Amino acid sequence: MVYLGERVTLEAHERVVRLLRLLEREPLEGVRNLHPGYCSVLVKFDALRWTHAELEGVLRDCLARSDGIALPAAREVELPVCYGGEFGPDLVAVCAAHGLTASRAVELHSSVCYHVYFLGFVPGFAYLGEVPTELVTPRLAAPRRNVPAGSVGIADGQTGVYPFATPGGWRLIGRTPLKMFRAETGESLLGIGDRVRFFAISPERFAELEQA
Amino acid sequence: MTIEVLQPGMFTTVQDLGREGFGARGVSASGAADALALRIGNLLAGNLEGAAGLEMTLVGGAFLFSEDATAALAGSDFAATLDGAAVEMWSAIFVRAGATLRVGATLGGARCYLCVRGGITVKSFLGSASTHVLSGLGGFAGRALRKGDVLEIGEKEGAVRSRRLSERGRAMMAPRKILRVTAGPQSEWFGEAGLKLFCENVYRVSEESNRMGLRLAGQTTLAPAKREMISEGVALGAVQVPESGMPIILFVEQQTTGGYPKIANVISADFSSLGQLRPRDEVRFERVDLATARRLFVEQEKLLASKEFLFR
Repeated sequence: MVYLGERVTLEAHERVVRLLRLLEREPLEGVRNLHPGYCSVLVKFDALRWTHAELEGVLRDCLARSDGIALPAAREVELPVCYGGEFGPDLVAVCAAHGLTASRAVELHSSVCYHVYFLGFVPGFAYLGEVPTELVTPRLAAPRRNVPAGSVGIADGQTGVYPFATPGGWRLIGRTPLKMFRAETGESLLGIGDRVRFFAISPERFAELEQA
Repeated sequence: MTIEVLQPGMFTTVQDLGREGFGARGVSASGAADALALRIGNLLAGNLEGAAGLEMTLVGGAFLFSEDATAALAGSDFAATLDGAAVEMWSAIFVRAGATLRVGATLGGARCYLCVRGGITVKSFLGSASTHVLSGLGGFAGRALRKGDVLEIGEKEGAVRSRRLSERGRAMMAPRKILRVTAGPQSEWFGEAGLKLFCENVYRVSEESNRMGLRLAGQTTLAPAKREMISEGVALGAVQVPESGMPIILFVEQQTTGGYPKIANVISADFSSLGQLRPRDEVRFERVDLATARRLFVEQEKLLASKEFLFR
């Protein structure tokens, strides 16, 4: 595990992206997988090829060199969301917790250009931040057994979209009709370092886009 | 050549050694829960060790072979029969066209693998045939097998030697009841006392366990120091401790990142045993250092590479 900071900051995130880019561009023999987090990168390696100490030395070297890696230009992605109602069953509770009207909550959620800090949990699930302070809400005490694919949730200061129908404990405020992960190609709609903006759509528009 | 699924069994999926390299997209490796068993099963069936096979869980299925085939059963003994005659585990099996292999209920651990010469052929997803059930990706239609599914078997030329796993090999594959662990990234949060408690507890595997994770129930709960946990990458075999204080071992279909502190990590050499744990099984943990964990893994891989050791 390589730690690149002790708090969730954009600086730590940028160090994560730089190290990831370097290790993707110049793959180390025997390194089998990389799991980035908010301020860390888990490096999975073949223990027949490396001892922990050897790899640590090589990674320290990479880390020093990664300062010179240019950050790729951030891609901007716009995600349509149908907020509230059956699409976002927790919007009412989130509004109640903060004394907001639904339209104000939607305005707040879609006012921010979020950073994709990393992808994790399941294929294509992007951890986005930061949610405006007025919307910061903890997870549900008991996770749902089945969250519909496309659901947009809030967990503390994070927001994200469930790419698949899975169990989940985030507060659901809406749903996007877009496919977050393409099973045919293995491509994720969002990647680490992207910028994301949500915009509100009607249930009718949701149905149209879902068909498309 | 094809195999028709007459009965799917309790939970049977197509698995190989998984897809590495896509962690940054949130894609976990998946793959066989007892990868060692699959590797040996493939060698016995005359395949490369990473070919795709069927992973059966607790109760196996019934499979109709369209043509003559060579196969092998590896992992736990599920009391299989071929057209009514008992089938030996860990051995090359020669199957006649039209024969039915019936795999029963487990006599031991959680998983049994059916490997067929040529391998199960499915559309590759990110370089692997493995099923990731939660997201419905990979394998056969991204799901567990159902009655009536027809599996394609790859072509492979040449004869297969009639080989069996050696006694020493079988002894190596007997699942351990005490799993060895190294300290986890947040083990300090639990203190030495916490790690000691973890290793003294006798845990029971919960019914809610699956390929994503094994939930454990013990006599006493573990309580980490209250600190802010920042979500980070998690490794296979990581022992995370949620608010309940009861550990969860992240398994082959693990989430790629997690936000709970991790007290320990099951060592690679014991992953095979982890894959054989059944609900309600008892399990305990023993702490080793990183150097020991690596030595045990390297020794295991050396034995696996030795045909003299493996076969007779």
